[in-house]
Amino acid sequence: MTQRKSSIYKNIDWSLVILVGVLMFFGLLNVISAASNLEIIEWFDWSGKGGKQLMWILICSVLGFLILNIESEFFIRTSVIQYILTLILLVAVLIIGKKIGGARSWFDFGGMSLQPSEFAKPTTALILAWYLSHDSTKWRSIKVRFISFFLVAIPAGLILLQPDAGTVLIFAGFVFVLYREGLSGNVLIIGFVSLLIAIATILIGATNVHYPFFGIESGIGVFWISWVIIGSGVVFLVKDLTVPRKRKRVTRWGITTIIAGLIISMGLHLGMEKVLKSHQRDRIHVLFGIDVNNPDADYNIRHAKAAIGSGGFSGKGWMHGPMTAYSFVPEQETDFIFCTIGEEWGFVGSATIILLFTFLILRIIVIAERQRSNFTRIYAYGVASIFFMHLLVNVGMVLGLAPVIGIPLPFFSYGGSSLIGFTFLIAVLIRLDGERFRILR
Amino acid sequence: MNRSGLKNRSVVFGLIVVMIALVFIARLAHIQLISSEWSNYAGRLTEERESLDPMRGKFLDRNGELVVSNIASYDLLITPRKAKGLDTVALGGLLGLEYQELKRRLDKAAAYSRYVPSIIVKQLNAREFAMISKQLMNFPGIKSKTRSVRSNVARVAGHLLGEYREVDRDDINGDMFYQLGDYKGKSGLEASFEKSLRGTPGARYHIVDVRNNVQETLLELDTMPIPGKDVTLTIDVEIQAYAEKLLRGKRGSVVAIEPETGEIIAIVSSPFYDGNSLTGTRRGIVYDSLNTHPWKPLYNRALRGTYRPGSIFKMVQGIIALDEGVISTNTIIECNRSIIGCHGPHTADDLTNAITHSCNPYFYEVMRRVVLRGRDTNTLKDASLGLTYWNERVKEFGFGTNLGGHIPWARAGSIPNSSLYDNIYGKNHWGYKTIYSISIGEGELLTTPLQMANLAAIIANRGYFREPHPVRDIGGQGKPLGIDSIHNINILSKYFEPVVDAMQKVIEDPNGTGNRAKIDGITICGKTGTVQNKDKEDHSVFMAFAPRDNPKIALSVYVEYAGSGGEWAAPIASLIVEKYLTDTISNTRREERILNFQQ
Repeated sequence: MTQRKSSIYKNIDWSLVILVGVLMFFGLLNVISAASNLEIIEWFDWSGKGGKQLMWILICSVLGFLILNIESEFFIRTSVIQYILTLILLVAVLIIGKKIGGARSWFDFGGMSLQPSEFAKPTTALILAWYLSHDSTKWRSIKVRFISFFLVAIPAGLILLQPDAGTVLIFAGFVFVLYREGLSGNVLIIGFVSLLIAIATILIGATNVHYPFFGIESGIGVFWISWVIIGSGVVFLVKDLTVPRKRKRVTRWGITTIIAGLIISMGLHLGMEKVLKSHQRDRIHVLFGIDVNNPDADYNIRHAKAAIGSGGFSGKGWMHGPMTAYSFVPEQETDFIFCTIGEEWGFVGSATIILLFTFLILRIIVIAERQRSNFTRIYAYGVASIFFMHLLVNVGMVLGLAPVIGIPLPFFSYGGSSLIGFTFLIAVLIRLDGERFRILR
Repeated sequence: MNRSGLKNRSVVFGLIVVMIALVFIARLAHIQLISSEWSNYAGRLTEERESLDPMRGKFLDRNGELVVSNIASYDLLITPRKAKGLDTVALGGLLGLEYQELKRRLDKAAAYSRYVPSIIVKQLNAREFAMISKQLMNFPGIKSKTRSVRSNVARVAGHLLGEYREVDRDDINGDMFYQLGDYKGKSGLEASFEKSLRGTPGARYHIVDVRNNVQETLLELDTMPIPGKDVTLTIDVEIQAYAEKLLRGKRGSVVAIEPETGEIIAIVSSPFYDGNSLTGTRRGIVYDSLNTHPWKPLYNRALRGTYRPGSIFKMVQGIIALDEGVISTNTIIECNRSIIGCHGPHTADDLTNAITHSCNPYFYEVMRRVVLRGRDTNTLKDASLGLTYWNERVKEFGFGTNLGGHIPWARAGSIPNSSLYDNIYGKNHWGYKTIYSISIGEGELLTTPLQMANLAAIIANRGYFREPHPVRDIGGQGKPLGIDSIHNINILSKYFEPVVDAMQKVIEDPNGTGNRAKIDGITICGKTGTVQNKDKEDHSVFMAFAPRDNPKIALSVYVEYAGSGGEWAAPIASLIVEKYLTDTISNTRREERILNFQQ
């Protein structure tokens, strides 16, 4: 027993442990600063947010230590059970959960609240790894693709019902896992093209054009008509330029693209106009610099950018940021914690944090690629994708590059559930990686 | 796809991650390093600059006596957010405001900001504030703020000193110095010397929270206010007050100048008002009543009233004629009343007697000789050229200008020139006979009381004047540059003596028109003027200087619609002269007569 234990510590990836430790430490500093004003430090005040965060970090350290001492076989074997438990929790939270900020995402245990969607991320990563790592699983079969899709889509769908759009977006990150396991690269390209079409739809959809006979309507009609006409023209020209035996294929692809683009654009536009509430539409419009008739629509993001901008090169110093101290930024110790980093640590600090996250993700990719175990590799990609999506959506939002969608910045945002979720994710990975010389699976 | 092919996909994923990181860092660099837009915006959000008002400079009189100083006044402010459960009816009762009016002000404050205090009552004085201050605690969200306002301690010279009150939109746009709610000198000397009086404000910087509550003070950035400079006036408060007392109940003006220096000793426009009445809560009511009063008390007659000078102007004609050599002191001219009317029993006068008798035909002839000099064979053209020349000579006496002295709002009056008559009658369609009424100070001539006092100073000085000015010293640095510029009149002093003789006779001759101005022991030289008004009493005008040798005071007195110059203006002038030179009044009956005269 002693020998086995010592061997795991010899093989674990200390760079990950150190990176996570550093991130947690800076996270704690920023939570303390964000939660206090300039005079009062909540160091030893366990009821304050700084104290609570410190408590959670200690709990997570214990949790991480425990996980490191659990055989990886346990996680592999229990991944199905964990997944099912997660689904049960996600259903339960819709029924008996507590509504905070419009979303029924929380279990309330008298003062302590738990967010099951935070645990859905690691368990989904585990189940996906478990399913795809079976020898019998062949990516080429349609059945495997569908099952993979549903393994991700079921928890994502339940979370969407809360509704928690931010976390759902994280689940979209699993596309990188599937890509690594054989999903066609066209999926990423299609995704990218769809994004361009979506941006064009939003920008053009907000304009007004005077149509003959119809009066003033959204300019999106012009976009759709020109999309079809120009698209057809391009397909026609390209077809004539290609060798005859490929012409049929080009035509087929071209028409599919035109129709798919049109469907995406129409669906999005309809969704924007009919499904989204006006404040949600405003948030998206603000992001694209479209003038919104509601001065409060870009309040959060203006204040967030002001806080970051005021940091300058080297920042105002820890506990010395007035925008942080005096509540100019909403949700500043949770989703907008990056504002505190920007204001108090400046460009140096915030760029360092972004680089640290980048190193973390790249390190996880490196770890993934050195595995002989498919399970560990797939799981590692899941972890990398989850961290990447969190970085992308959270920092993108704070910097005004993505719409305001509330998701935490890993290890920084205040909150026990997310901290436990991320610790679990990374600790399991470290344990699995520590056993990389042992078995093949 | 083979395994190594899929392995390459890790590179694709890694590159995407790195690319996004670079985009974020570039964005950070833009927000934090390149553009200052967001940090400026943060500064506007979090920093609040509290201006520390400097003490405004005081006004002192020529003897160092306090004229205007500062006193505290109290504004009441409301912070709507804190004013929950405010008893508006009780507050209205306490402040003496109609409920509707109070409601209007509270609504306006709430509409402006719920967090920033807004003023609801301005400038309560110490007594008013003391009466309500205890009860103010009962009203949530109401607080008071002290500001300093002007107090005219001497209660004199309201017109000259002007108003110190809240800036308007134009002031803010015109000078970065001012912000909404600031005060500045808006008229009179308060405005002229605003830059010296106002001082330099200090500042205290605060950091505020999102609710605009002050959270901390940045001590290292604080600057202390620098008080404004005290302005010492040339006014003698005692004389000013005495002149105001004499003019009370009358319409008119007094301007008294120290001839040698051009310093204005007293300057009164009546009816006058107490400058203090235009501060405080009742300013609007007081201003309206002053503004609508038929006697126009806000109008500064001494500087801006333009009158036909009447007989006083004859002295200017006489002096110019002597200098031009068209008459000598011995020239006797027949009082030919067929051309122009006259008064009094005389038939032919020399210059001295002509001034004493105020002989109209004499000056008709004198001016004719100055104007018609045969510059052109055509008499009409000759008159035109002559008038142009005459106009220049008259302007040497300061007529037709505002006389400088840093009193830019003084009027210039008007000395007719050829183009004026060309416009009226057409070029070469008028001759001397058309315009002769200006020879006796009537017609198109317009002068101000200040110019008349200045004329007295010129004669007292026998040929020069310093620009009449109201300020002696600013902040211990002496007179502002150019305030007392000297103007030499290009006339030998000996030509003034016959006029001075005449002016002495006006007072001392038993039949002199100005003998009501006679004071035992003081040689006063003066000249009465009677400006005729259609269907109304004449304006009573008098100008004088004293003593005859080494004169100390030169003055003009106007009493509108009162009668002849000798009747009212002359005794008023003599009382001021005596008060100034001896500090006593020997003839109390004369004083009483003036005080009892109420229009």
